[in-house]
Amino acid sequence: MSDVKSNRPLSPHLTIYRFRPTMAMSIMHRITGGALYFGTLLVVWWLVAAASGPEAFETAAWFFDSIIGKLILFGYSWALLHHALGGLRHFVWDTGHGLSKETSTKLAQATLAGSLGLTVVMWLGIVLFA
Amino acid sequence: MSDMRTPLRRVRGMGSAHGGTDHFWQQRLTAISNFILLTIFVFVIISLIGEGYEGMRATFGNPIVGVAAALVIVSACVHMRLGMQTIIEDYVHGPMKWPLSIGNIFFACLIAGLGLYAIVKMSFGV
Repeated sequence: MSDVKSNRPLSPHLTIYRFRPTMAMSIMHRITGGALYFGTLLVVWWLVAAASGPEAFETAAWFFDSIIGKLILFGYSWALLHHALGGLRHFVWDTGHGLSKETSTKLAQATLAGSLGLTVVMWLGIVLFA
Repeated sequence: MSDMRTPLRRVRGMGSAHGGTDHFWQQRLTAISNFILLTIFVFVIISLIGEGYEGMRATFGNPIVGVAAALVIVSACVHMRLGMQTIIEDYVHGPMKWPLSIGNIFFACLIAGLGLYAIVKMSFGV
């Protein structure tokens, strides 16, 4: 039934609303989910390379150790943490809590701040201890 | 041929996706398992930094790591298939909807197949 065209007016959409943090985090949740989706290609490349033998593994390891590889891993780790925190936010909402205007805005801001903070902490940990 | 079922029978248990709340439930279920398993998986990956090929094979030769990795592959692939299905259904209404929907399932299965193959191969050390 999604193909049915109608001249009936549509409800107001994105362009008429004032920008809110909840809107940004909504689309960021989707974008990070999409990034994680295609990034699984890199994860299985790493796994298959290790299963294939030393030469294939060295090629993959060289890529992930390069500047571009590290940037991708940094971005990928942030996407994972952001999507995870966004998911936790959805679980809070599923219980019927945190849906008020003020709280949902605070949760949205906390999602971004938390994901950025955790990513930096994780990479500091890697640089300092690994 | 006219549909003899009553309107109530046609909609009972069904949402607009014709699958009831199954999609929602599976997405939440795999979200929980992803959260637990990926936390383990990320720490495994971090522990492998600088360990090279031998360290990687030794770690994935461990049965606990192997089972956890296999579970995370399955859980993540189910979760991402559902998520991408939602994205396609939200944005694609033209003739590309069905090819993309099928491609999404194939992609998720391909990732799962490759990942599981690699993990099983490393687990059995061949």
